[in-house]
Amino acid sequence: MRIKAQVAMVMHLDKCIGCHTCSVTCKNTWTNRSGTEYMWFNNVETRPGPGYPRRWEDTDRYKGGWKLHNGELKLRAGGPITKLANIFYNPNMAKLDEFYEPWTYDYDNLIHSPKSENLPVARPVSQITGEYIDKPEWGSNWDDDLAGGSEIVPLDPNVEKLQEHIQMEYEKTFMMYLPRICEHCLNPSCVASCPAGALYKRDEDGIVLVDHDACRGWRFCQNGCPYHKVYYNWKTHKAEKCNFCYPRTEAGLPTICSETCVGRIRYIGVVLYDADKVKAAASVEDPQDLYEAQLGCFLDPFDPEIQEKAREHGINDAWLEAAKESPVYKMAMKWKIALPLHPEYRTLPMVWYVPPLSPIMNHITNEDELNTDGYIPAVDQMRIPVEYLASILSAGDTNVIRKVLLKLTAMRVYMRGKTVGGIDEFRQSELVTQAATSPEEIEDMARLLGIAKYNERFVIPTGRREMDDDLYEQQGTCSLEELAPREGVNPAYGYMKVRENL
Amino acid sequence: MVHIFWWVIFPYITLTIMILGLLYRYAFRQLSWAAPSTEIFEKKWLKIGSPLFHWGIIIAFIGHVMGMVIPHDFYLSIGVSDHLYHIGAIAGGGLAGLMVVAGLIILLIRKATIDPVRVHATFADFFTVLMLIFVAGTGTYMTLIYNTTVVAYEYRETIGPWFRSLFTLTPAYGLMTGVPLIFKIHVASAFALFASIPFTKLVHIFSFPVRYPARAPQQYRHRSNYRRQGL
Ligand code: SF4
Ligand code: SF4
Repeated sequence: MRIKAQVAMVMHLDKCIGCHTCSVTCKNTWTNRSGTEYMWFNNVETRPGPGYPRRWEDTDRYKGGWKLHNGELKLRAGGPITKLANIFYNPNMAKLDEFYEPWTYDYDNLIHSPKSENLPVARPVSQITGEYIDKPEWGSNWDDDLAGGSEIVPLDPNVEKLQEHIQMEYEKTFMMYLPRICEHCLNPSCVASCPAGALYKRDEDGIVLVDHDACRGWRFCQNGCPYHKVYYNWKTHKAEKCNFCYPRTEAGLPTICSETCVGRIRYIGVVLYDADKVKAAASVEDPQDLYEAQLGCFLDPFDPEIQEKAREHGINDAWLEAAKESPVYKMAMKWKIALPLHPEYRTLPMVWYVPPLSPIMNHITNEDELNTDGYIPAVDQMRIPVEYLASILSAGDTNVIRKVLLKLTAMRVYMRGKTVGGIDEFRQSELVTQAATSPEEIEDMARLLGIAKYNERFVIPTGRREMDDDLYEQQGTCSLEELAPREGVNPAYGYMKVRENL
Repeated sequence: MVHIFWWVIFPYITLTIMILGLLYRYAFRQLSWAAPSTEIFEKKWLKIGSPLFHWGIIIAFIGHVMGMVIPHDFYLSIGVSDHLYHIGAIAGGGLAGLMVVAGLIILLIRKATIDPVRVHATFADFFTVLMLIFVAGTGTYMTLIYNTTVVAYEYRETIGPWFRSLFTLTPAYGLMTGVPLIFKIHVASAFALFASIPFTKLVHIFSFPVRYPARAPQQYRHRSNYRRQGL
């Protein structure tokens, strides 16, 4: 058993209002330099829709993630030898157009244009070439709120998979938001795709980062990530990706997207997992078993044996305490209402989603007479087809989605009964049984999901700086430290020795 | 004196610039050390040009090792006659040369005409491509045309030993005096190209990720200890 800690996120999609505040604050923090204009470490997609970059879920095209080949886990785009053979031209890599050509506006013209008959306009200017663009034709959120209509929606690879025809008439259609960041996967295919070994997963918090000194711009990570969350900086020729705002999380603060999330949909917490189980979990035969297999990797933070082992692996008490309070542990592992995005990519993603409830298609006519169990069939008639959610969140297994929706519905019904009344016999109802929940659990859930206090949403221990550096030696060292070894030149008094003597 | 300059001083100066420059850039300018791909802007031409050029130059590199590094006597001792060698060299070298030159020309046109690529191409980028075209062009000319129309020149008796003598620090510049001019130009321009490597994108030659197939797919790193632990 190799216990590691992971800082993970849950997004409660019911509450996302699609305001893009997260994307904007993220951009202003990380990607407002030239070379990064087209990158959105955080983006919010309207679903159904092709997303950003366009059709990123089309694994046949971009060949991201892993596949099972004779029971062996293989990169879909091919292993190291294939990669080296394709290093001079990567057939699977997306062009900038699949994201979009970033542009700004010629604002200067508004101020300095000579006197003329017509009002001066600020024409769009490409941020790549500096030339005017006559007509921008695509952007990261071009199809926001289904603005692309029936032309754009069918481009969604999940829609293609759906058996039934999706209703596009205004009264019948459905829509939801899907905010996305890097998943900081347990089995990241971006890391495995990097010929230079520049991408890595941090031991202590599981954050997946790019070492820019080591990155050589081979760009296999860009399409190697099935979520398309690694971006090639055309200016520095290095890869960049969401870094889970590690300078903030190390200080115990939530990522900037979570901090500023208007809907308060985001939760951050620590989970403990067994790194030795990851490979087997990612290699189960049936993609629909991946969800359960992934859950099998996580460890119970309340188990004293696990705690003991975790300490041996250098996880300190602050982290163990945080793991117990972790909202991610509660929602994803305990209550099982949060699901991984596209588990079939076999990367074991670590940003989990609580699927959204949606209005019921055939309106419940007489709500007053409806008893608790009357809500059960309603779950299958919600506007967002269960199949669609299943195609995104459970490799097509509608049972998983149905269970979660039942639980969320039970929560609504119960809380409604509690505050408004008019609900019969909740404890014995079929709904509670089918949702496999209890009023106690529901009250906990309602508090975390509904009230969502800041310090319950974000339980982030600080970065254990005191554990891994020789702070005593470092006090008073200067910027020359990169030239001289920090722990001093005499190995006998170096870092390890000091550590041993403590 | 002229010979000493071109076949002793010049090679050593250029190689020194290359080695010191590379070391400096490796130590202090890692952030700029990358294969500066423009694939994100344009794929169609790159698909043809880049593999042609790169595979061509890899074959050409192997050819140069066979011609410059492996001594003539070795071939004779394993029974490869001069005739056989030259047929192989002309066919293999000619093919590689054509691939390199064709690939480079495609890449150059691409660099000059595709807007986003051109806008972000630096002087160094154009210099590199033009220089490579010159070196590869003379090389291909020698292999395909000079060798077949004038004389199949036996460089393994002159340029080869001279090249090896540079590395034993006993430069036998006398060997170079009688070499045909076109060969001299090819060699000298190649050394000039070597000197430019640390200042251009060519540094990525030295990062070909040979260790990738052998390493574990997943990489874990401790935040601040990984260098010390030698991971
Ligand atoms: S989601 Fe993040 S960690 Fe997972 S493969 Fe993509 S870039 Fe890597
Ligand atoms: S800030 Fe929050 S509510 Fe707004 S789009 Fe982002 S995730 Fe959704």
